[in-house]
Amino acid sequence: MVGSIIRPTPQRISGGPSPLFTGNDWDFDTIKRIHDACEAIAGPELGLSWYPNQIEIITAEQMLDAYASIGMPLFYKHWSFGKHFAQHEAGYRRGMMGLAYEIVINSDPCISYIMEENTATMQTLVIAHAAFGHNHFFKNNYLFKQWTDAEGILDYLDFAKGFITRCEERYGHAAVEAVLDAAHALMSQGVHRYPRKKRPDLASEQRRERERAEHGEQIYNDLWRTLPQKVAAGRPDAAIERRKALLELPQENILYFLEKAAPRLRPWQREILRIVRLVAQYFYPQRQTKVMNEGCATYCHYRIMNSLSEKGLIGEAAYLEFLQSHTNVVRQPNYNERGYNGHNPYAIGFAMMQDIARIVEQPTAEDRQWFPEIAGTGDAMATLRDIWANYRDESFIAQFLSPKLMRDMRLFHVVDDPDEPELRVEAIHDERGYRKMRRSFARQYDVAWLDPDIEVVDVDLEGDRRLIVHHRALNRITLQKDDAKRVLQHLADLWGYDAVLKEVDPATGTVLAEHHASARSIFF
Amino acid sequence: MHIVDRRLNPGGKSLANRQRFLRRVKDVAQRAVRESAREKDIKDLGKDGRVSVPVDGVREPRFARQPGTGLHDHILPGNKTYVEGDRIERPPSGGGGKGSGEGGEGSENSEDAFRFVLTRDEFLELFLEDLELPDLAKRRLSVVETEGLRRAGYTVSGSPANLALTRTLRNSMSRRIALKRPKPDEIAALEARIAETPSSDPDLPDLLLALSGLRERAKRIPYVDPLDLRYRRFETYPRPVAQAVMFCLMDVSGSMTEHMKDLAKRFYILLHIFLTRRYRHVEIVFIRHTDKATEVDEETFFGSRETGGTLVSSALVEMKRVIAERYDPNDWNIYAAQASDGDNVSSDGPTSTELLRAHILPACQHFAYLEVGDENGPRAGFVEHRTTLWRTYEALAKTGAPIAMRKVNHRRDIYPVFRELFGRKDARAEAEA
Repeated sequence: MVGSIIRPTPQRISGGPSPLFTGNDWDFDTIKRIHDACEAIAGPELGLSWYPNQIEIITAEQMLDAYASIGMPLFYKHWSFGKHFAQHEAGYRRGMMGLAYEIVINSDPCISYIMEENTATMQTLVIAHAAFGHNHFFKNNYLFKQWTDAEGILDYLDFAKGFITRCEERYGHAAVEAVLDAAHALMSQGVHRYPRKKRPDLASEQRRERERAEHGEQIYNDLWRTLPQKVAAGRPDAAIERRKALLELPQENILYFLEKAAPRLRPWQREILRIVRLVAQYFYPQRQTKVMNEGCATYCHYRIMNSLSEKGLIGEAAYLEFLQSHTNVVRQPNYNERGYNGHNPYAIGFAMMQDIARIVEQPTAEDRQWFPEIAGTGDAMATLRDIWANYRDESFIAQFLSPKLMRDMRLFHVVDDPDEPELRVEAIHDERGYRKMRRSFARQYDVAWLDPDIEVVDVDLEGDRRLIVHHRALNRITLQKDDAKRVLQHLADLWGYDAVLKEVDPATGTVLAEHHASARSIFF
Repeated sequence: MHIVDRRLNPGGKSLANRQRFLRRVKDVAQRAVRESAREKDIKDLGKDGRVSVPVDGVREPRFARQPGTGLHDHILPGNKTYVEGDRIERPPSGGGGKGSGEGGEGSENSEDAFRFVLTRDEFLELFLEDLELPDLAKRRLSVVETEGLRRAGYTVSGSPANLALTRTLRNSMSRRIALKRPKPDEIAALEARIAETPSSDPDLPDLLLALSGLRERAKRIPYVDPLDLRYRRFETYPRPVAQAVMFCLMDVSGSMTEHMKDLAKRFYILLHIFLTRRYRHVEIVFIRHTDKATEVDEETFFGSRETGGTLVSSALVEMKRVIAERYDPNDWNIYAAQASDGDNVSSDGPTSTELLRAHILPACQHFAYLEVGDENGPRAGFVEHRTTLWRTYEALAKTGAPIAMRKVNHRRDIYPVFRELFGRKDARAEAEA
């Protein structure tokens, strides 16, 4: 199905420069030559811009280590990472799981881990993919610019690791572990989804106050005083408003709320919540740009490898090896095939990038109608660079998934409504279905749509200090009971008093389910 | 651009995480280890500890949506047959990647246990901790050594059997070349020439003279001189005996309860771990007996039940036979551990004593007798009951025979008893001083 995206083998110019390497072996010189050759293509030909590269060669065991600490070169210690390590290791040893060829870290300099087992061709591929493709994306995409600090992340992780180690020494493993457990449970509720309003500082506040007073003086009219006033009825409302404003409620970043407002936490516990929250925030852009990030990296490696091959810098054997692993990476099994496990972000991403390049360079009438801004403009890389910089998965798919690609992928939309006895085919890849399907498809990549919408609504400050949390159950999908109970327990523990979670149907306002938890005194 | 080679960085970066993980699952892991000690063969114990932990203990809960509730949208690739408005039957729950229908519960149960593998050390730590064991590796037996012979160069004197022919002939040859001993070929050639030469030839006297000169020289310079002789030299050296055999003797008569057998098994497991840490090669011989003894495999040893009387000497006879057949005490460290509830036919006492004194004990490194009792132990207030076998062995021990004997009633006593039996000699002496 995605076979069409593989270009025919390009014609090679005979008598060109000698290949970068022959055979499978490589050494540091080879890596350096490969990097420089890729750089010569990524810059002038593709117009990429990237953080300086740092390429680190690691063993399989170190790769497993890296997996266990979510890819970061240094991280604090927690049992869950040990669990993941054991899981991955077991899978790897039994041969059920291959390891990634590379891991790349959004930092400045951009660190790419490449495996020592890789052949020279694979090293070329992963350098083109990670050190240039991902690297460009990290540096230029607006989400990463807005939410992550590539220069500071490693220093921050170093601080976090040291801080948590010191806490362990000082307060004991168990105490720190309890906080981390609770914080991890709430991790996906620990991100700001929108930039916060900047708090006004004292000077600007005073200036505003003064300006307001001046304005009041200017428009003063004694007549207003004589108008009958409404009876001051809204007193309790005002109290609620004030409380909510003070606590910044409603608040969807639960970890942030707890860090700032939980009454009984000690400073070091707040700091740990903050660390977990910031780590979650750092990874938030990655979750929103899986398709684009992989699509960008895959498209880049594809272009770079082809260019290398056209220049005669890699031999035919290497080129075939590349094609083989490339096609494996971008394979998308059909829904009824064995091995179907959802959409492959590499496949969609790469197919869309190829498709956009086609629209820009050789548009059809349909493309001109659907994409008037980009169709036929001629400079594919400029268009792609602009897209990579300014979109995330959801907006990217919503705007650039073309009818042709939907036909190629033979997408169809199935609705599973529990009120109906059967599944319903809502739309297929036809004229009536394109827009509807594209909208639903884009929504599947909207993290805000995927993550349960949970926010702290209120605190019963005058009563028993109960924390009230709402889950707006989109499409009436409720939370998994067991897990919800456990997470709520953690939440109550951190809050220090009771917590209640109500699952509300946003359409009707009915409460679908309710969970309660009382704080255990494990932190205090 | 920098290239950094991280391959030589110290590994085990996530070791600390693993330790935290193990601490987290310690209770469950310990239970699993204890279970496996019951199920596994002694020999396999500690080789690899595959441990399943119920996922409950290591669950990382998150707020997640329950599939099967509410309305779900699926966008799927690869449509070949459907058009808009088609109805599709719900796939059976949990089947396929799409519309999981009521499959919510099923997908939750799919992950009901988390399996991982303990390293041998982790396994032993958990296992021995169960027995309240301090560091086992530090306990050692006094080093056992025998004399061995090994080649150590050459010597100029020795027995003819040790004559090093190659070396001797090499010396001989170099001497012959150095002293210019005429070769047999040379003499033969000269003789042939003289034979051809007519007697009237004026050169003949010179040739004859040369020949006699050569013969004289060959006689004076012998082919092999005593100087050339070299003998292979051997020297003795202390050789640690690197192999051990462990005899497990157990009474399997009807009076042995499962509890007693479990105690015995635990003791044997400890002994085996201990020996494998100490010796490169350890074999185990299982001998069980009622009123007659047989050598059996492990499964039969622990598993099957026999009826019959109790005749301890039968096991000793069997052990003696096995030693004589397969385990020469000069080559093998022999350890024996006997477990019994103490019953024995009273007439058997002298026979057993004699067997032990004359044959078994001299061959053994260590002979431990473990008397296993009821879980509730000897009831307080009663005069301690001494069993027949205990009395027999006690008498033997009093004469100074190297036999160690202990009573065990409860699992928790196993390790202390084991330690007493196998503690390092000087450590014990220090402790007493």
